[in-house]
Amino acid sequence: MYNPTVARLTYRALLGRRRALILFLLPAMLLVIAAAVRAFNGADDQVAADVLGGFALATMVPLIGVIAGTGAIGPEIDDGSIVYLLSKPVKRPSIIFTKLIVAIAVTMVFSAVPTFIAGFILNGNGQQVAVAYTVAALVASIAYSALFLLLGTISRHAVVIGLVYALVWEALFGSLIAGARTLSVQQWALALAQKVTGDGLVTSEVGLTTAVVLLAAVTVVATWFAGHKLGKLTLAGEE
Amino acid sequence: MSTQTPQPSQAAPDTTRIHNIGYRSYDGPRLGRSYARRSLFSQSLRGAYGLGRSAKSKVLPMLLFGVMCVPALIIVAVAVVTKQTKLSIEYTQYAIFLQVVIGIFLASQAPQSVSRDLRFRTVPLYFSRPIERADYVLAKFGAMASALFLLTSVPLLILWIGSLLAKMDFGTQTQMFGQGLLSVALLSLLFGGIGLVMAALTPRRGFGVAAVIGALTISYGAVSTLQGIAYGTDNLGAISWLGLFSPITLIDGVQTAFLGAPSSFPGGEGPGAGTGAVYLLVVLALVAGSYGILMRRYRKVGL
Repeated sequence: MYNPTVARLTYRALLGRRRALILFLLPAMLLVIAAAVRAFNGADDQVAADVLGGFALATMVPLIGVIAGTGAIGPEIDDGSIVYLLSKPVKRPSIIFTKLIVAIAVTMVFSAVPTFIAGFILNGNGQQVAVAYTVAALVASIAYSALFLLLGTISRHAVVIGLVYALVWEALFGSLIAGARTLSVQQWALALAQKVTGDGLVTSEVGLTTAVVLLAAVTVVATWFAGHKLGKLTLAGEE
Repeated sequence: MSTQTPQPSQAAPDTTRIHNIGYRSYDGPRLGRSYARRSLFSQSLRGAYGLGRSAKSKVLPMLLFGVMCVPALIIVAVAVVTKQTKLSIEYTQYAIFLQVVIGIFLASQAPQSVSRDLRFRTVPLYFSRPIERADYVLAKFGAMASALFLLTSVPLLILWIGSLLAKMDFGTQTQMFGQGLLSVALLSLLFGGIGLVMAALTPRRGFGVAAVIGALTISYGAVSTLQGIAYGTDNLGAISWLGLFSPITLIDGVQTAFLGAPSSFPGGEGPGAGTGAVYLLVVLALVAGSYGILMRRYRKVGL
């Protein structure tokens, strides 16, 4: 299923030149904030959980997921160069699978690693806060990548739709309507993080079983459907 | 040529002729530079709302425009029915509350305004017309700012008309409406400039969208997190200085200092007149700076 050549091309598309800049900018910002908070405030478990939960998991992980997930396939479909890839004897589901692996890897590296470091800067992993949010970021990376890769194959406005989901649905509706939290990748990831670290600062609205089932279902269904969509892709002209 | 019999060695030079096929030079009116600039402006402004583009590209901007207006209509309806003496939201606060919508509008429309020209290398075609670099940049900048101004001022207009329908005090409401308009005009200039700079640096539309929303949301998320922590640790002096680092808090600070708006900073501690002057200077510097960056960007573009 995994095709090294497709993977190499996707890595280059994602990390080439200026595009990597925005990917580096976000984690750098998180680390700067973490350092600033530590300097201002000293180590405080609650503050550390607030920063990691509010900035890292709620803003940074979805944004990097959107960039990596849609960026893995969106631009190629957009400018039509996907035909050169599709005309090679590579199965289309395996193209999707390879791109998903790359997107997951990029999202994990650029979101989970800085989260872990920021957690250590903030309070030296007191009450397992850093580990908990790193686990959440790792889990969320998988689901976000699959979801946004699917969006990239479905729509030309994948980035906008992905951002609306991440910012409006998860952040805005999630804070206003309790029901919206059940259908949020962020909360599913938090449920796992809660299990890993025991009770404490990390809480989730969703039960562990529900979260695991939904996470797995979203990832598998999104990947399958993306492969299905790519299988019967028609190239749209520029409007 | 095909009618001539092939006589390669015998072909005499006096049989060739130049035919007059009727080319004429253009002698109609030449509409000139300002006309081209105006056309580019109106085309970009219409394009921001999907007018003159496919039906699919009208959906998102029109939807966002609707989302901007609906809360205003609801507020007005409530105010008229319950005969309030005061609107339940300040004019100046409206754009701050709906900043996500404004951000998504900018992120989706700024790249379509400039990125496609760059990606398909059509920019040289513009410059084959009698327009200069400054005209192109000014037209695009002006169109984006006007599109944002439309998006943010129409809800205020709805609020103002509604307040008059609900028989509130004309003088006070009009003054506050004016202050609101001034604030959203500043916001439109600032956001338009930032959005266009981000979009002009990335020819890929998708990355442009992400860069714009990143610049707006991430900076706001970072600033409000830090402000919250500063408030929690009684570091009240730091709150108003932290606001300098994100576009929406800049606007919030300016209108708190000069336009009589309530601050949405934690604790309601907005900047005073002195700090407010710094805010205003930073906003103006950012607007001028984004114009300068755009001028630099288009110096060698596509040639």
